[in-house]
Amino acid sequence: MSKLKPGSDVVAAKPDSNFLREQFDGHTPSLGKELPRCLEVENLSLSYTRGKKALNSINLYIAKQRVTAFIGPSGCGKSSLLRCFNRMNDLIDDCVIEGAIRLEGEDIYQKSVEVAELRRRVGMVFQKPNPFPKTVYENVAYGLRIQGLRSKRKLDEIVEESLVAAALWDEVKDRLHDNALSLSGGQQQRLVIARTIAVQPEVLLLDEPASSLDPVSTLKIEELISELKESYTIVIVTHNMQQAARVSDYTAFLNMGNMVEFDTTDRLFTNPSEKQTEDYITGRYG
Amino acid sequence: MMRYTKWTSSGRPWIWLNAAAIAISILMVVGLVSLLAVRGLSYFWPSDVMQARYSSSDSDGSELSMQVVGEVVEIESVPSSQVIAAGIEVSENQELIQRVLLKQGNRDFFNEDFIWLLDDSIEEIQYPSELVTLERQEWGNFYGKLHQLKENGIVVGTAANSEAVNWSDFSARLERVYAIRGQITEIENAEIQGINFRTNQLRLDVRELEVSGDMTEQRRLQLASQRLVLQSEYENQRQRLLGLNDQIMRDDAEFIVAGGEIVTIKFAAIVRAYRPNQLSIAGKFKVFLSKLGEFLSAEPREANTEGGVFPAIFGTVMMVLLMSVFVTPFGVIAAVYLREYAKQGITTKIIRISVNNLAGVPSIVYGVFGLGFFIYIIGGEIDQLFYSEALPAPTFGTPGLLWASLTLALLTLPVVIVATEEGLARIPRSVREASLALGATKFETLWRVVLPMASPAMMTGLILAVARAAGEVAPLMLVGVVKLAPSLPLDGNYPYLHLDQKFMHLGFHIYDVGFQSSNIEAAKPLVFATAFLLVAVIAALNLSAVSLRNHLREKYKSLEA
Repeated sequence: MSKLKPGSDVVAAKPDSNFLREQFDGHTPSLGKELPRCLEVENLSLSYTRGKKALNSINLYIAKQRVTAFIGPSGCGKSSLLRCFNRMNDLIDDCVIEGAIRLEGEDIYQKSVEVAELRRRVGMVFQKPNPFPKTVYENVAYGLRIQGLRSKRKLDEIVEESLVAAALWDEVKDRLHDNALSLSGGQQQRLVIARTIAVQPEVLLLDEPASSLDPVSTLKIEELISELKESYTIVIVTHNMQQAARVSDYTAFLNMGNMVEFDTTDRLFTNPSEKQTEDYITGRYG
Repeated sequence: MMRYTKWTSSGRPWIWLNAAAIAISILMVVGLVSLLAVRGLSYFWPSDVMQARYSSSDSDGSELSMQVVGEVVEIESVPSSQVIAAGIEVSENQELIQRVLLKQGNRDFFNEDFIWLLDDSIEEIQYPSELVTLERQEWGNFYGKLHQLKENGIVVGTAANSEAVNWSDFSARLERVYAIRGQITEIENAEIQGINFRTNQLRLDVRELEVSGDMTEQRRLQLASQRLVLQSEYENQRQRLLGLNDQIMRDDAEFIVAGGEIVTIKFAAIVRAYRPNQLSIAGKFKVFLSKLGEFLSAEPREANTEGGVFPAIFGTVMMVLLMSVFVTPFGVIAAVYLREYAKQGITTKIIRISVNNLAGVPSIVYGVFGLGFFIYIIGGEIDQLFYSEALPAPTFGTPGLLWASLTLALLTLPVVIVATEEGLARIPRSVREASLALGATKFETLWRVVLPMASPAMMTGLILAVARAAGEVAPLMLVGVVKLAPSLPLDGNYPYLHLDQKFMHLGFHIYDVGFQSSNIEAAKPLVFATAFLLVAVIAALNLSAVSLRNHLREKYKSLEA
């Protein structure tokens, strides 16, 4: 299989902890020049109803081709933050966003940005598997058809590549033309991932991708995340701390709309600098 | 007390209440449909013809005794006082008296084709096997015994011929008449109608040229020669028709009617002949099917009280289909805007309430609106612009199929809008987000995911719309339905579908036959039969829409399902 995201000059190696210790500095971490930044969030505030902020001046960076996890209690704003990256919050009336998010240095909330194109570059996988009520094949080909790809040969090729990359090909290659809703929950979620990577995004946003799945399917999704990070920048929201510890390189802990701590996963879980973080990860929270 | 509370809180009374409501609904539907079916279909069953002696005495003492022949239609009990009040003498000991409605037919020889007889006064009831029932082009049914046959006015065979020989000769001659009649219909419907259509087109062409001032001498000659060709063609066909008419008038049959009088019936007037008293069940069934077939496929005769209702079936289906074609896209587009694009607020709320209220406006109001707006304003304008050569005779400025369909589309629009909106609201947010997250625009999401998934709901709206439109009569009387349409709105002449034509409709047919006809008793069974047919047509239209919807549902079953 050819690499879906070619042309990346970043070496995919886990940075050693000494290096990172230099880079991180309390709540306003900087990843340094050595690790290219994919997304930069600057003073991001979000409110759904007037005067009530769901996110409060968030600052953080997402490193390229790494897995960044957002953890925190329910309602802390981690999903809201994730949905800012592909402007999914635009769909909600009365949602006010202040601050900036830069994708490859370009503010995605500028008027000149085409939202559809942004969303193609920043793919998203949702909490509940949400395949279209179409065939497996059409699900994967959907984004490509939207982009106007007509060639059957090319479509076949990309559909296969994407399904292979999502570790689903072997299970569905004989039922490509069955309804996607006939797949199991875990298969559906991997199908959704295949559908998302078929359009070759730069960033993959995963919003609690395994929360509605059984342990076996969860394990498969986690393995898949580890494989995909070689080609994609991944941001994952999870309420499962073990999962964050297993799959991510960096972790941000959010609470009540504030970003409490952002650090490498190792450090955040072994030696958190904030009391709140420690309480949360040791289970003493609220 | 305790036990009672327990019983109510168990929810069982509620279940019983629900079951009872359902049971009553089913009973009413089944009852209605079977009433229509039994009363309607029995009309096609060839019933036995009774021959009897009827003697009665009037209150003035005069004795009456006569032979009666006919079909028993109905037997009912009436209070004797009612009979006495009608001037007929009966013994006052009896409280109830049975009376019989006899269809004695022969309307052209007797005064009435239906008579009430007192059951007690009917004697010597017989069912002679040689009694013949004739269905005729005019004057309704005829009952009598075959006497002799005539060809060109000369008696064929002898009086000594047995009844069976006479009957087989009669049948053979009838077959010949049927064949000739088939040819006549063929010529009238296909040939002459085509010629008429082309002649009319030619006339309009001439007028158009005259109005626009483009008429040159050369063109005039050309058109005149075309007209001559058409005229000679017409003359040809007319001669053929005259020849066939002579042939069909060749044979006569003489019958003995009740009372012994001999009457002559032209073969040309006979639609169907059978001897019901000697038909087996299979034979009767054959006649039943033939009559049912005629009802479904033939045109009406005798001010709609005889013959078939094919033009009405055709008109109803045609109008409903056209209405569906208009209402579905319009309703869906309106619902999509209202649900997907419009900013939800006070305005959309007001629009929604208005749409729902529209569904409650009496249908006749739509009829008046259709007449005023569609026909007089839009139709009149169309005539001015495109059909000025036919003026002052209106083309679209008069009630017609197009306007009737549009009026009903307007009438059923709220149903489609509401159903589609509900369908759109049911599409899970997650699927829309999935599409948007893949880089689809809102329109692409709607077009590729949301609308297909909402299509079953649209079909539901359409089903309700069809059910309402097919049964609607009142507005149609104003915007295009007529008692008798000369031709079908779909034929072989360009542009094939004649949207400007008036058409017949089953619902209006019921009204017309049942309440506007002079011969109520003769028309009554037709009312039931037509009503049954209308219910069947609506059921068929609905079932096809339902099966289409189920297919779509299977295809686009949503995530929750």
